[in-house]
Amino acid sequence: MRRRPVFLITVMCFGFAFFYIPILSMMVYSFNGSRLATVWGGFSTKWYVSLLSNKQVGAALLLSLKIAVTSATAATILGTMAGITLARFRRFKGRTLFSGLVTAPLIMPEVITGISSLMLFILMAKFLGWPSARGFTTVTLAHITFSMVFVTTIIQSRMLQADRAIEEAAMDLGSKPWAVLFDVTLPVIFPAILSGWLLAFTISLDDVVITSFTTGPGNTTLPLLIWSKVKLGVTPDINALATLTVLVVGCGVALAGYLLNRSEKRRDADARLAYRDND
Amino acid sequence: MRNRIAHWLQGRGFRDVIIGLPYVWLLLFFFIPFCLVLAISFGSRTPTAPPFGYGGDHPWISFVGYSRLLHDELYIRAFLVSLSNAATATVLCLLLGYPMSLALTRVSASWRNILLMLVILPFWTSFLLRVYAWMGLMGKNSWFNGLLTDAYNLLTPAGWHLSSIPMMHSNFAVVLVMVYTYLPFMILPLYANLERLDPVLDEAAMDLGSRPFRVFLDVTLPQSLPGIIAGAMLVFIPAAGELVIPTLVGDASSPMIGRVIADEFSSASDWPMAASVAIALLLLMVGPMMLYTHYQTKAEAGEEP
Repeated sequence: MRRRPVFLITVMCFGFAFFYIPILSMMVYSFNGSRLATVWGGFSTKWYVSLLSNKQVGAALLLSLKIAVTSATAATILGTMAGITLARFRRFKGRTLFSGLVTAPLIMPEVITGISSLMLFILMAKFLGWPSARGFTTVTLAHITFSMVFVTTIIQSRMLQADRAIEEAAMDLGSKPWAVLFDVTLPVIFPAILSGWLLAFTISLDDVVITSFTTGPGNTTLPLLIWSKVKLGVTPDINALATLTVLVVGCGVALAGYLLNRSEKRRDADARLAYRDND
Repeated sequence: MRNRIAHWLQGRGFRDVIIGLPYVWLLLFFFIPFCLVLAISFGSRTPTAPPFGYGGDHPWISFVGYSRLLHDELYIRAFLVSLSNAATATVLCLLLGYPMSLALTRVSASWRNILLMLVILPFWTSFLLRVYAWMGLMGKNSWFNGLLTDAYNLLTPAGWHLSSIPMMHSNFAVVLVMVYTYLPFMILPLYANLERLDPVLDEAAMDLGSRPFRVFLDVTLPQSLPGIIAGAMLVFIPAAGELVIPTLVGDASSPMIGRVIADEFSSASDWPMAASVAIALLLLMVGPMMLYTHYQTKAEAGEEP
């Protein structure tokens, strides 16, 4: 019989209070009628009205989503290739450098990634004449580069768990490598690809530092818009924006968790059935 | 010609494409920019655009940036402030995160899934907004600051009373917000590590008469060392180079290193100096990075350190 770990549970409750009290406080204050963001002045939804009628916010959100979808898709393709490379091709020329290149962006301070990308774009513009202006393209290129390595880690660890025998069987039965890739490997690791895409999407949607270095005038993403407002202090409409973000993300994560859980259970059940049939 | 390409693509080409595309991409957009920073750090500042150049006498490169790093108090202090803030935040994350991760391994499976999701959820919401949430709490007129001020005034003699606690724009605020935003990075690898430990060992030690705290010290703690190190580095490395948190809640008169790099680059437009500071930061981080990559795989496998 185990003792109830009272101390551990107490610390955990404190920890979760620490996680969620600031967020809840922000949500409550988004309904604050007062212009002073931290003094309560009665219930009001006026900050939501002013937020939703703000055209700047809409445009910034649209740009952020465009960048996030484009960069997450490209990052997933490149990251999946890199993950397959690291898991399946044990030896090739330059493997050490390659695995270094895949790990380094994960732990590189964002400021350095940001200024190095900007230096590259400025020098390219000067000596190659491209990119002539910074904006959607440059931000997307930078986002692809630093989010693809996150996809790579997910794919690599999934590939190492996956059963190689299925691929080898397909190969032995005469399938060409591309057919094996599209008909066997990719369907098997599909859930990992999906979570890689989602991670790349959120990383891109959330990024401030690298975006602030690689974007140009007139191309403000949502985090950059919030950044420029928040630098001046607490403003009530950001509370409303934060509340909406937390609600959207919370529902999304809950739904994704539910769906993943269900598909995992179904797969386990299928696997059990398959084993029973074999016996 | 088309036939030959098709033939190549079906044979060797498969491998070449799968390896080559991400390789070329990372070389182009990560490796070359990094080499540029390294090269620019040995340049000297010029009034041209882009603002750096090489020239003068043999050996044509300049070490001005690096020598200023060692002599100018601004940079030394920025490095010290960054390292001490990051180290404090890491220790606090460990002190709070370790019991939380351990508690997660002790609750029932259905609770565990919900609680893990609650740990991950803030990670999916905007980083910037989580920092911002604390700006609201720490401000002079906020209910949280008011509560702390009342508690402080209750405990101290009348002469020390304050109308509000000056929390914003201090290293205290930076560390607090760092702990808040980076705590999931500590909990997740630690939990992954602790979850894989064999409970039989704990039970054996208990059966042999060890008290729970001794079991923790002698059995659980040593086995979780890879998780501790992986989590600590995952907090320490980004915290040391942090730019957003010190800009929003930090003390502008003693900036952290990330802020110094950004300022040298944008406001001062001194590319060689910004590049030198960046390279120095990377050199300082090499040790922690190697520790991280070494222990991260072990933590995931639940191996002995």
